[in-house]
Amino acid sequence: MSPDAPLLQLEGISKQFGPVRALDRVDFAVSAGEVVGLVGDNGAGKSTLVKTIAGINSPDSGTIRFEGNAVSIGKPQDATNLGIATVYQDLALCDNLDVVANLFLGSEETLGGPGAITRQLDEVDMENRAADLLSNLAVTIPSLRSEVGTLSGGQRQQVAVARSLLGEPKVVMLDEPTAALGVPQTKQVLALIKRLRERDLGVVVISHNLADVFEVADRIFVLRLGRPAGDFSSTEVTEEHIVAAITGLGNNAGARAEVAEDKAEAADRGPEGEKA
Amino acid sequence: MSATPAPTAPQSGETEEEPKINPRRQFRRVVQGDLSSVRVILGLVLIAIIFQVQESRFLSAENLTNLMLQITTIGLISVGIVYVLLLGEIDLSVGAVSGLAGAVMVVLNVKHGWNPYLAIAAAVAVGAAIGCAQGYLFSKFVVPSFVVTLAGLLTWQGALLQVLGKTGSLNVTDPKITGLANIFYGKTTGWIIAVVVIVAYGLILAIGFRRRQAAGLGDNNPVPQIARFVVISAIIIAAVAILNSDRGVPLAVLILLGFVVGMEYVVQKTTFGRHVFAVGGNDEAARRAGIRVNGVRVAVFSIAGAMAAVGGVMAASRLFAVNQNSGGNELLLLAIAGPVIAGTSLFGGRGSVWTALLGALVIGSISNGMDLLGLASPIKYMVTGGVLLLAVLVDAVAKQQRQTRGRA
Repeated sequence: MSPDAPLLQLEGISKQFGPVRALDRVDFAVSAGEVVGLVGDNGAGKSTLVKTIAGINSPDSGTIRFEGNAVSIGKPQDATNLGIATVYQDLALCDNLDVVANLFLGSEETLGGPGAITRQLDEVDMENRAADLLSNLAVTIPSLRSEVGTLSGGQRQQVAVARSLLGEPKVVMLDEPTAALGVPQTKQVLALIKRLRERDLGVVVISHNLADVFEVADRIFVLRLGRPAGDFSSTEVTEEHIVAAITGLGNNAGARAEVAEDKAEAADRGPEGEKA
Repeated sequence: MSATPAPTAPQSGETEEEPKINPRRQFRRVVQGDLSSVRVILGLVLIAIIFQVQESRFLSAENLTNLMLQITTIGLISVGIVYVLLLGEIDLSVGAVSGLAGAVMVVLNVKHGWNPYLAIAAAVAVGAAIGCAQGYLFSKFVVPSFVVTLAGLLTWQGALLQVLGKTGSLNVTDPKITGLANIFYGKTTGWIIAVVVIVAYGLILAIGFRRRQAAGLGDNNPVPQIARFVVISAIIIAAVAILNSDRGVPLAVLILLGFVVGMEYVVQKTTFGRHVFAVGGNDEAARRAGIRVNGVRVAVFSIAGAMAAVGGVMAASRLFAVNQNSGGNELLLLAIAGPVIAGTSLFGGRGSVWTALLGALVIGSISNGMDLLGLASPIKYMVTGGVLLLAVLVDAVAKQQRQTRGRA
């Protein structure tokens, strides 16, 4: 793997659900220390793309490269083993358990010695590691032993992100991390995303909120109807350009050119491709 | 072990780090359910006062010993029910399973001449196998546990009649079996048990405290731990003193407490227990965290079946017999009502095994007190029903208040 090759690279990924072409020859990449905003209208294929990377859907065709090597991600465990963590919109936290229990859920630390027989929990070790992790990420919560159900939305989101980091992933994908959050909480979560970048992780953020995307993303990748509709550096593009690419209506030259190119390609492949 | 009926919320096993104890806040916690076990203990005290005022025999050593013996079967069944409730499920078959398991044990021992311990083991295995089968059906085919275990209730009642055969009743005389509910230890043995338990408890608390302190987790105030130790030790000493002044410490009570402590340890301190809470709290989150959700479910229903069988063995031992009514009547409903009265949520994810004991004590004292007062069954049922309703209402109000304060 050359130093500047992307950490995760998708080439020509297609996915079809019955007659619906959810992803159509999508190329996508994210590098270490880079935040990529993944935007698009409802049904544009953002979730399908993330699920493909996370191993929930397997692609019909195309190649996934991780650290330069072609890999196949058939099930969520494969993605986890490669070092790809996903934080879903519904967070999947247990409200009745405390922060430490949620962070370590499914990968609990157990005691050695006689406690090993019953797989007794090593609460002390887990609490220590949790404290380290959360202070590294500058996540502030009232107490490690607070029930997650008593935390605010922003704190819950931060716990969910911190949880994904316990497996020491290289790529973290966040699905709508700022949806339904207030302004200060959104700030906290965006700050956390920036700290992930500082840790040299590749970060993919799906969001409907362009302001948030512009705030954190280095690069903005637009999907439209399952096709790539633009890949912009966030410093060199305006919100109008992105909206135009998302809706496919604007006067963005780059996006328009790409769409035209797609049309031409689709026409080459006959009417089948036109449906996409 | 470390979780106790002392002032601790079930989930906050080892977070006793109250910097200052604010009496008003403590009071609010009692009312709003963080300390729901304290609320139940206050209820118990109230029940005791009411009956004691009307009938001075209620708090006599003899009656308290009887009360403890009366609650062993229901308490043991409730231990398994707590696990099922923690998943947010229900098991309606436990009454019938306890009757069937008792019958299996007696038939094997009396009719087939099995060794009593083997017969007991076979009965518990039958209970566990039934629970396992029901848990599998429920999780594999995604049928409501209510329906699967309702079918079980009917099936195992039928199986009980089948196992008992034409006579419909069978006496058991094997001293190994009848001894379970009828052995009382001498005074000295009772005190030795008390000392061993207190020392072990003190050591466990001390070691846990030292570990947390060594890890620098900010628990430098040993006072709450010491207070807990003193309270629990006092309860143990008082209990042994009372039991000793009658017939001595009954084996049945030790068995019940052993299961309560052991199963509380499993649910609060082990990985499996953590997974039970997780599945009960949010099964989707548990699944995504890599927990084998269906495996946990099957294990929990197996535990419920096994505990029901243990309760059935105890019941047979106490009655010296099994009959067509074994495990019938209100046993099932009381075994479910007990933990709920004492604060285990019906919706999963919240509760502790101590509620099995506390709930059985509440239900048992009401029933026992009314028997002493010579009140008939109709009134007994209605009062127990009223207490259940009251307990659930108090719990619901507490939950609403917690939610309005953003502490759901």
